[in-house]
Amino acid sequence: MATQHSRSAARLMMAPAVILLLGWMLIPLVMTLWFSFRRFLPNRPDIVPGWVGFDNYVRFVTSSAFWPSVQTTLIIVGGALLITIVLGVLLALLLDQPMWGQGVVRILVIAPFFVMPTVSALVWKNIFMDPVNGLFAHLWRAFGAEPVVWLSDAPIFSIILIVSWQWLPFATLILLTAIQSLDSEQLEASEMDGAPPLSRFFYIILPHLSRAITIVILIQTIFLLSVFAEIFVTTGGAFGTRTLTYLIFQRVLESQNVGLGSAGGVYAIILANIVAVFLMRIVGKNLDA
Amino acid sequence: MGRIVLDKVTKRFGSVEVIPPLDLTIEDGEFTVFVGPSGCGKSTLLRLIAGLEDLSSGHIEIDGADVSTVPPAKRGLAMVFQSYALYPHMSVRKNIAFPLRMAKLDQAEIDRRVSNAAQVLNLNDYLDRRPGQLSGGQRQRVAIGRAIVREPSAFLFDEPLSNLDAALRVGMRLEISELHKRLKTTMIYVTHDQVEAMTMADKIVVLRAGNIEQVGSPLELYNRPRNRFVAGFIGSPKMNFLEGAEAAKHGAHAIGFRPEHLGISLTEGEWKGTVGVAEHLGSDTFLHVHPESGGETITVRVDGEFSARHGDIVYLTPVAEKIHRFAADGLRIQ
Ligand SMILES: Nc1ncnc2c1ncn2[C@@H]1O[C@H](COP(=O)(O)OP(=O)(O)O)[C@@H](O)[C@H]1O
Ligand SMILES: [Mg+2]
Repeated sequence: MATQHSRSAARLMMAPAVILLLGWMLIPLVMTLWFSFRRFLPNRPDIVPGWVGFDNYVRFVTSSAFWPSVQTTLIIVGGALLITIVLGVLLALLLDQPMWGQGVVRILVIAPFFVMPTVSALVWKNIFMDPVNGLFAHLWRAFGAEPVVWLSDAPIFSIILIVSWQWLPFATLILLTAIQSLDSEQLEASEMDGAPPLSRFFYIILPHLSRAITIVILIQTIFLLSVFAEIFVTTGGAFGTRTLTYLIFQRVLESQNVGLGSAGGVYAIILANIVAVFLMRIVGKNLDA
Repeated sequence: MGRIVLDKVTKRFGSVEVIPPLDLTIEDGEFTVFVGPSGCGKSTLLRLIAGLEDLSSGHIEIDGADVSTVPPAKRGLAMVFQSYALYPHMSVRKNIAFPLRMAKLDQAEIDRRVSNAAQVLNLNDYLDRRPGQLSGGQRQRVAIGRAIVREPSAFLFDEPLSNLDAALRVGMRLEISELHKRLKTTMIYVTHDQVEAMTMADKIVVLRAGNIEQVGSPLELYNRPRNRFVAGFIGSPKMNFLEGAEAAKHGAHAIGFRPEHLGISLTEGEWKGTVGVAEHLGSDTFLHVHPESGGETITVRVDGEFSARHGDIVYLTPVAEKIHRFAADGLRIQ
């Protein structure tokens, strides 16, 4: 019985939490917006702070580093999505099979998700990709090949690999639950209808997974757009691995141009929100269905 | 053609034997119904025939060829599942055409067969809809359409009507029976509902715990049940049973008599009892009578209206030649 009275009491008691959360989000957002319209270089006393209108926004997109960074971002996001979805579907199919030691295998598959990005990037950099002592280097030498200097010879691919390793568990988990929700009678019906395993996959399983795949793509896109630690720890933005996020970081902290970096940040917020709108539409549709 | 022979077929799940050795022959063109209580192994038996489960031992022959290890698609059988198992992302047309596309038929032939099936099943107006936009009965028809376009040697139905409401069930029952009369293809139909079995079957196979209790035409089963289980399972309302002194009078461990084979009178008769519940259906009246001598309630079916109410005293007399006698092991005494 939610009377008018108890409802307003509830609102009152929720208020501290809501205000705290709002402040938590709104203050940084408003500050970013504020700075993005200002000339503000704290390390350069000779440049007087002041309002500059949309100058920062124009300068951010017209700088020579902007388009290459967009391109790098797209390649890293697209590459990681491709790898996680394809391997995620295959792994989910595998994990769905009854097999010995299923519980342990599932935990092992999920494990990378619990490793912090910085740590996993360091692990990959030092244990796997090190050109002298890395496991890959040993493997290459075992086959008589010249070890690859991963982070400078194939820097973007290396970062895609690290990021994919981190996000594969997420994709696998979502896709596995989707596969498990497939009615087994549908598969049996298609089997009786004469569909060989490959056709069963493409005509029955994949369409069933389409919504789960879309959700994985959108959620991962939001997080992959802001990949940072993996780049910072490995290449430091060198060798063409400077993404949009990394460019913003460099503008603010390395060039100490807070206004310009903030303008870049606002672009990133807009981009992430466009993806989020699609995501919420699809998840909403899922709930209706 | 569609003559199916099961030869000492068994099925075990782990250590549990669900189907003990079982022999059965289903003649070409026959409408065979597997009936039995829930969990007795009807679906398992059907799935063994379909090839969706592997045999633990024994052989299955279809038209003389041993298909025991042949994959489901190559057995030439079509199955209609309890959940319909339609492909939700395909239109009705694509659902029905799916087995034909898998068989790589040319498009003209596919179109011809799909429109034929749609004609037969009254699905013409729904061909471009998705299964999610159809009612239960329409989905059922799409599932049947997907089965008939393949022109299989036999149809397998696993409780196809159990998800429909009562009125629709009666309608679909007739449609499936009519389909059988027209196609003259072997059909194997699984149900736990003895009314469906009685009304549709040429041959009923009564199963209990994986064992065949009796095979026969509906009237054979009704008139001459081989044991007490079949006697109690076939017929509605259920057969009444009496044990002890009354049965001994007939030289049996137990006697059974159907509710419709009892005479009822307000003045005289063999057994005296009190009316418990009286169900007035208009066409019939079902009386549940508590016998004076104690023991289980006896159900009586009277044609038309019989005005008896709770607490009334009535006298019952069984029709002598319709009394079934059973031995202590449950088997019928001839
Ligand atoms: N895949 C399976 N694994 C283990 N036991 C099963 C399996 N399928 C069916 N059974 C068992 O076999 C028995 C018969 O099941 P089923 O054929 O589905 O019965 P029905 O269709 O007559 O209700 C049941 O006791 C059920 O628990
Ligand atoms: Mg069943």
